[in-house]
Amino acid sequence: MKEKILSLLCENSRLCNEEIAAILETTRGEVDKAIAELEADGIIRAYTCIIDKERISDDGVLALIELKVAPKAGRGFEEVAERISSYPEVESCSLLSGVCDLLVTVRGRSFKEVSSFVAGELAMIEGVSSTATQFVMKKYKELGVSLMGDEDDGRGRVSL
Amino acid sequence: MMDYTSLISKTAREIKPSGIRRFFDIANTMEGVISLGVGEPDFRTPWQIRSAGIRSLEASATRYTANSGLLKLREEISRYTQRKLGLKYDPTDEVLVTVGGSEAIDMTVRAVIDPGDEVIIPEPSFVCYDPITRLAGGVPKIVSTREEDGFKLTPSALKAAISERTKLLVLPYPSNPTGAVMTREELYEIGEVLRDTNILVLSDEIYSELTFGRPHTSPAEIESLYERTIIINGFSKAFSMTGWRLGYALGPKPIIKAITKLHQFAIMCAPTTSQHAAIEALRSCDDKVREMVEEYDARRKLIVRGFCELGLNCTEPMGAFYAFPSIKSTGLSSEEFCERLLYSQKVALVPGSAFGAAGEGYVRASYCYSLMHIKEALRRIGVFLEELRS
Repeated sequence: MKEKILSLLCENSRLCNEEIAAILETTRGEVDKAIAELEADGIIRAYTCIIDKERISDDGVLALIELKVAPKAGRGFEEVAERISSYPEVESCSLLSGVCDLLVTVRGRSFKEVSSFVAGELAMIEGVSSTATQFVMKKYKELGVSLMGDEDDGRGRVSL
Repeated sequence: MMDYTSLISKTAREIKPSGIRRFFDIANTMEGVISLGVGEPDFRTPWQIRSAGIRSLEASATRYTANSGLLKLREEISRYTQRKLGLKYDPTDEVLVTVGGSEAIDMTVRAVIDPGDEVIIPEPSFVCYDPITRLAGGVPKIVSTREEDGFKLTPSALKAAISERTKLLVLPYPSNPTGAVMTREELYEIGEVLRDTNILVLSDEIYSELTFGRPHTSPAEIESLYERTIIINGFSKAFSMTGWRLGYALGPKPIIKAITKLHQFAIMCAPTTSQHAAIEALRSCDDKVREMVEEYDARRKLIVRGFCELGLNCTEPMGAFYAFPSIKSTGLSSEEFCERLLYSQKVALVPGSAFGAAGEGYVRASYCYSLMHIKEALRRIGVFLEELRS
């Protein structure tokens, strides 16, 4: 049941527990309990929403930064990753296979702000040997949701 | 100046236009409408199927196929039917590929109905059976099904409708608009009524993949019905392929042969690109269909609960993708209800009366929409009901 709850919440985190209970044919109490456990276990970390940032005036800039990192004995990439993740400017931080080690996404108000964050903070962190910054020009899809066009799917309003 | 009215055939003139055309026109042109009104899937045709269509175009497979459809497709349909229903239909002469289920229904009725023959049609149901029967010179015998019976055809209602002129019984299950399905036991009872008669069954199973809780049962699976049943099915609903216009008919050789003859003159063959795409649908899309059905099921439960909480009693639909709640408690006719809801809250539903007189007092809500969309529509319907009460 927990797996199904997670998949419903990922699709629409505004479903209330009663609605989830109806969909999963269980009781509100069972759903309350399951979600409380998912939260307590740190499986559900936050409830958020997907925004088409281009449609709001203060959309800022987003950059993908590839970092090469010298792993530390005993702790590998963890220490650097933890340090990087602690910055509020950092939206996400992932360890990658392949040429670069960490992929960091950073959001800022302007190119300048992001550039100085990368040069002044990320590049300075001990163990970070190089950075490659790529600014995002346009987002087409986010977390499985298309940001292109509007929802009109050509079906019209009524048909028999 | 030509007198066009007198040129339109008597039959065409006498076929009633849909009574809710006006309502449809308003709904389709109004701004900002949130709709639960369409009878087609919101999912895209799975990409494997689209690719197969494109590949066939790239390979210039753009000629007519055999009248009855590509043999490979007929073989796949035969295999699929065996897998789903455990029934064998010979791809060479018991399968006909048609332009949607609609053509298959039309051709079947034309192939078997003589002027004056009666066709028993349970209602509320999809709107084509009555006019198609009339076009063939047949006489529609409407049987009203009731909510108390789950909108299913009962043996006693069937018995009462049978006369010496009865040629064909339409079994439109899973049902658009009610979501009703007939169980094996219920179909057995229908079979017992028809046993030793010369009455055929046209089983419109276009929603066969969309059943919840238990797999679809075809009347043809019932021993007394097998020999008299023509199964109509297609790709529109199961594989989200409405615009590809592809369906098929399965049945006894002599009947399929007659239908194929008419099809050959009227249509030649179903669209070639669609046929190539459909082969892929039957070969590789079981998982896709399962995913879509799971998603429909979540929406179904949400919408049924929503209507019940709003005080609009809603029998649990067990198939297709519609809920059919009763609006009798509001005292409005279904068309009034839908029109006032549309003007007040800009939510589009379809009046139950569009599906026959037995649909009066109900509205059809399609759940071919995202959970978020359904939630918003339900919220607005709630506001509308509050307005009605105050």
